[in-house]
Amino acid sequence: MSSTSLRIVREEARQEASVRQRLIEIRGLSKTYRTRDGDVPSLRPIDLDIHDGEFVAVVGPSGCGKSTLLKLVAGLIPPSKGEIVIDGKRVVEPPDDVGIVFQSPVLLAWRSVLRNIMLPVEVRGLDRASHLERAKKLIATAGLSGFENKYPWQLSGGMQQRASICRALVHDPKIVLMDEPFGALDAMTRERMNLELQRIHFETGKTILLITHSIPEAVFLADRVVVMSERPGSVAAIYDVDLPRPRRLEMMGDAAFAALARQIRGHFYAQGQLD
Amino acid sequence: MPSSSRGEGSARASIGARFINSRLLNSPWVRPLALLALIVVGWDLTVRLFHIPAYLIPTPWDVIQAFRTEGDKLLMEAVPTTIATVAGFLLSAAIGIPLAMLIAGSKTVESYLYPLLVFSQSIPKVAIAPLFVVWFGFGMMPKVIAAFLLGVFPVIVAGVQGFKSVEGDMHDLARAMKATRLQTFAMIGLPHAMPAIFAGLKVSVTLAVVGAVVGEFVGANSGIGYVLQRSIGNFELPTMFAALIILAMIGVILFWIVDLVERFMVPWHASQRHEVLVTT
Repeated sequence: MSSTSLRIVREEARQEASVRQRLIEIRGLSKTYRTRDGDVPSLRPIDLDIHDGEFVAVVGPSGCGKSTLLKLVAGLIPPSKGEIVIDGKRVVEPPDDVGIVFQSPVLLAWRSVLRNIMLPVEVRGLDRASHLERAKKLIATAGLSGFENKYPWQLSGGMQQRASICRALVHDPKIVLMDEPFGALDAMTRERMNLELQRIHFETGKTILLITHSIPEAVFLADRVVVMSERPGSVAAIYDVDLPRPRRLEMMGDAAFAALARQIRGHFYAQGQLD
Repeated sequence: MPSSSRGEGSARASIGARFINSRLLNSPWVRPLALLALIVVGWDLTVRLFHIPAYLIPTPWDVIQAFRTEGDKLLMEAVPTTIATVAGFLLSAAIGIPLAMLIAGSKTVESYLYPLLVFSQSIPKVAIAPLFVVWFGFGMMPKVIAAFLLGVFPVIVAGVQGFKSVEGDMHDLARAMKATRLQTFAMIGLPHAMPAIFAGLKVSVTLAVVGAVVGEFVGANSGIGYVLQRSIGNFELPTMFAALIILAMIGVILFWIVDLVERFMVPWHASQRHEVLVTT
């Protein structure tokens, strides 16, 4: 059953590719870490296309190389083989058109929320006035109005992570990479953040690559869910999520949602890995 | 914070004494002073009860007398000691912080330098202090060097710790923004290391006082260390105790100044926070 649906999914993806522009192209990408104990393969050759404005979620068991994939796309580590092309340009260093959200907010404790969000503007030497305007809009969008001049430690975990999402968006990148951004939050905050992220995606039209542990989160947010196999990771399957947008939390109980989540979960049970 | 503890204090106190009580009991300097007073009383009682002769332990009253007669002179002697301490301390900061940066920033520098630094710390400064006198003669120089040698190590250790404790994600963030090395250092590394550096500086400033006195022990004809040396030789114990108290005061005041500077420079750190958390 899963193989037939997989074929259908792939075909649909190909059709879509002709319509929308490909923004991120991953070609034969693999990564092997060199350690003292020898080479540790982290990522088996992966091919993946991500289209402009698409929301792609990557799920997989711990240590399957999800984060490695993200760091490769972010240009933070060099690939062992293969290449990543973003907007026609091969990634050899961190691309300018990318914003990253990490698992922890990594806000600077000595900077106010606003100055934290403005950090990329300062570092990149961009025009301050126009980006300040943008930062303030983002703050409003993220529901942080009134907290601009607070320090990170005065904010709750969810608010800190929202601030770090604003920081990733402040220089108006086309692509936002998120590495388990809500992993450290409690379940209820996490659901709220999922709604917020959906809204931000809708309002900004960014291309988002989200790495996550949570299958419901992936299904809820993504246009496509990439399922990765155990270490060394490779793409086990890609699922289209045809649920209508905007999605509401109640939809998590719907039959279509549950069926897709069950199907994705099936990959991990089949591999004997519960995550 | 003050209002709540004031509330507790006043609940116990009678209505008449409420205002004085709350103000006095809760100011931060009252408690250590109260303890000090208790210690002085205990000291006085011990000396009297056990009939300890004055050439072993003088009574507090004798020490106060020593302050009366020799207070001016002692304060004069405190000046060179303070100068040597401050100079040695500033030198520790000026050399220790960049050195910590180098050690934290480069594995090569660390592998060459760090073991030697630890090794050098195991050499007792008191033992080599006479050498400085031989090299630099009597006067300020050997004291400053002794203060520096004692003071610099905690700054380096704390600084290395501080510079190294930047998280991996933080480095990734800096690299993703294409921050230059200088930007990464100025915007992330240095501020991040500041709380640790100040912890080191606080230890350093108290050790610098010790270093200055060690320098004065071996080669000086002025300073509190010199007074200590001379008064113990002459069995002038009250003078010696008075000198010790002045020395302690120098340490306390310098520590307090560093603490004050810290409050200005790292008001954001957990140890300096006084506001209530926002929870939404």
